[in-house]
Amino acid sequence: MKLVIAIIQPHRLEQVRDALTEIGVHGMTVSDVRGYGRQKGHTEVYRGSEYEVSYLPKNRIDVAVDDSVVDATVEAIANAARSGKIGDGKIFVLDLGSAMRIRTGETDAEAL
Amino acid sequence: MIDTGDTAWMLTATTLVLFMTLPGLALFYAGLVHARNVLSALMQCIAIACGASILWFAVAYSISFADGTAFFGGLGKSFLNGVARDQAYSGTAIPESVFFMFQMTFAIITPALIVGAYVERIKFAAVLLFSALWLLIVYAPVAHWVWGGGWLAERGALDFAGGMVVHVTAGVSAVTIAWMLGGRVGFPDEIRPPHAPWMVMVGASMLWIGWFGFNAGSALASGADAGMAMLVTHLSAATASLTWLVIEWVRYGRPSLVGLVTGTIAGLATVTPASGYIGPIGGVICGLVGGAVCYAAVDLVKKVMKIDDSLDVLAVHGFGGATGTILTAVLAIPAFAGIGLKMTMVEQLGVQVLGVVAVAAWSAIATIVIVRVTQALVGLRVSEEDERAGLDQTAHGETGYNL
Repeated sequence: MKLVIAIIQPHRLEQVRDALTEIGVHGMTVSDVRGYGRQKGHTEVYRGSEYEVSYLPKNRIDVAVDDSVVDATVEAIANAARSGKIGDGKIFVLDLGSAMRIRTGETDAEAL
Repeated sequence: MIDTGDTAWMLTATTLVLFMTLPGLALFYAGLVHARNVLSALMQCIAIACGASILWFAVAYSISFADGTAFFGGLGKSFLNGVARDQAYSGTAIPESVFFMFQMTFAIITPALIVGAYVERIKFAAVLLFSALWLLIVYAPVAHWVWGGGWLAERGALDFAGGMVVHVTAGVSAVTIAWMLGGRVGFPDEIRPPHAPWMVMVGASMLWIGWFGFNAGSALASGADAGMAMLVTHLSAATASLTWLVIEWVRYGRPSLVGLVTGTIAGLATVTPASGYIGPIGGVICGLVGGAVCYAAVDLVKKVMKIDDSLDVLAVHGFGGATGTILTAVLAIPAFAGIGLKMTMVEQLGVQVLGVVAVAAWSAIATIVIVRVTQALVGLRVSEEDERAGLDQTAHGETGYNL
């Protein structure tokens, strides 16, 4: 099992969700986060003064998947989230030790 | 003799001008500050409104409008002493109660304008004490000089709705207290951008609408003068908004909402002293000149003088009011469809400049003294730790956004 963490542009969230649904990944956790990467934030101008906005709003998606669909999941997220412009985000894949569905007590692959 | 038509309009105008402060100016300022200070900006505006009202009733109205010397009205109308219910205010056909209320709304918004200079770092007690002393020592005497039969009125100075009395006093005092208080932590490089530009637009729009009461109400009667004042006020606001928009578009490639509505306020402040004396083309010229002058003044104060007049009170109100006061001498002539002058244009220009300089000097000197007294009695600045945590929590124990 792997945990896929994707940091994406908020306006791409619905496309990512649709892409994951299409390949049979049902369920994800989404959070509003802020951060920066290579783009280093941006500048806004108010009344002639420039303001550095260092932390830009992003969405973080957490999806736990079986090893067999990790590559498809990463590809689906990347394709749906890519605009080609700076600030599209990143995808991280981590090993996942165990999982449990709280309601039934099912564990690991059955719990995903 | 009281005229019911005049009275009806002045009751309406009074309501409009109070609406400028509550909630117009309060929202305008609250949107420009950091999210952790949104409530404190609102609180400062509404608390000043309450305090100024009571002081106006007690003595400030009398200092402004009762008979006295050339510099200071007497205390004869303190607590509205001797003002009868059905008595018309001298030279008008409206009850003195309505004149008192109309002028009170000016006495409310003027110290509230200065909030823009000291937001995000001042002690709340200092706001209250400074504003009270300022109303008595700066606003009320200057109102007497210009509108209460004082020395500038005697010289024929023209200030229809408060270019000097409201905007020059507030602007100059604002930059003075900002200079004495020092900049916000991190000024100028690490200041956060306005937390809610949409709120700035809503507040500015309320100010725009309320300004019809401010300027057209200053005719103190319903009729042609009020009508033309409203017309020129609107033209100036629209023109200055577009002026600011074009400058930003050319300079930065994108016109901003905060920029446009700042231009609106610049145009409104500029046309204020001229609004009863000029014609439509004069309104457009006020907007063009006022918009450009105030835009340049923002950079002058923040980048050249390096003073953290945080929300640009001097640049927008002070420079706008002064520009309009001086333009009045030119735009009031019949060639610009104005009502004409009672002296030559050069003489009028001299009086207007003298008025601006005298009012600015008095505002600066008196503010220095008032700030020192305030500092000695209650202190001025919050601690750096409180400033970083935000005044909403540390001064008022409330949170602006519980999301």
